[in-house]
Amino acid sequence: MAERAARFGVVVFPGSNCDYDAYYACKKVLGQDAQFLWHKEKDLKGVDAVILPGGFSYGDYLRCGAIARFSPIMQEVLRFAEDGGTVIGICNGFQILVEAGLLPGVLLRNDSLRFVCKYVHLRVENASTRFTTECTPGEVLAIPVAHGDGNYFADPGTIRRLHEKNQIVFRYSEPDGTLTPQANPNGSLENIAGIINEQGNVMGMMPHPERASDAVLGHTDGQKVFRSIIHHIHTTSRAPREENMQWATSAQPK
Amino acid sequence: MFVAKIRITLRPSILDPQGKAVEHALASLGMTGVSGVRMGKYVELHVDAESEEKARRVTEDVCRKLLANPVMEDFTFEMTRR
Repeated sequence: MAERAARFGVVVFPGSNCDYDAYYACKKVLGQDAQFLWHKEKDLKGVDAVILPGGFSYGDYLRCGAIARFSPIMQEVLRFAEDGGTVIGICNGFQILVEAGLLPGVLLRNDSLRFVCKYVHLRVENASTRFTTECTPGEVLAIPVAHGDGNYFADPGTIRRLHEKNQIVFRYSEPDGTLTPQANPNGSLENIAGIINEQGNVMGMMPHPERASDAVLGHTDGQKVFRSIIHHIHTTSRAPREENMQWATSAQPK
Repeated sequence: MFVAKIRITLRPSILDPQGKAVEHALASLGMTGVSGVRMGKYVELHVDAESEEKARRVTEDVCRKLLANPVMEDFTFEMTRR
């Protein structure tokens, strides 16, 4: 029997601008189901995984991600995450996750004070999360960053706990995997580019895997993140329930 | 009615590249003897409360829950009756 398509929900805040890219990567590149979830909605509509996309939700007012966390949909995302649901925050999505307290630490202004938009190399530090099983430990991925506030910071106690629980997922590195200050685009502590929560169901990363998914754009390393999530969904999901089947047939591509 | 004047500053342990950039600009203007520049935010808001104590509690709550991120910021405020 063919595996059913994984259902991705892409949250759209006012000011999100990578929402369609994430939708496109899941739906068109990887052939899964995807739908948008408007920030005012109060229902995740039975999705298997939630994507908080990049952009400038609420104009980055106050602090990046600070206002988005109070959106009606975020209350559902918090509940979903507490129940073990898969949530990935990319760029602004990562900022929202730390503001919402789903991930520890904070993303400060880049140490250069500049918006950085370029391809970087990421070393996979933990290849056994549900977001990275399609990678090998120590593998180096080419994925672009595009942000002004990606400088990961946390107090020494938090950093120690991240180490102890193996919660650092990606680090900025040279193409050969060595960690250097030059490979760090924003001043992040310990070159941290992505972390996961202790339970292992919520990940945030500053680089954009959705922008490195379609071969037409040059790189496909970002697919590995989405393929890992799809693999996780296929190996853990129960038989589709009737209402879910209904969802699958009523979902309209935009 | 009370008016809260809130100052939000980066915690001392947090590097402030923006403050550093301003400091360098001041130096290149020839304004020597100026150092330790730290950038922050200023917020003013009105609180409808019967007592100053209550208004202070509300303002604390507002700062803790939204205006400041305790991981990187500290806040102080002054309260005046309007």
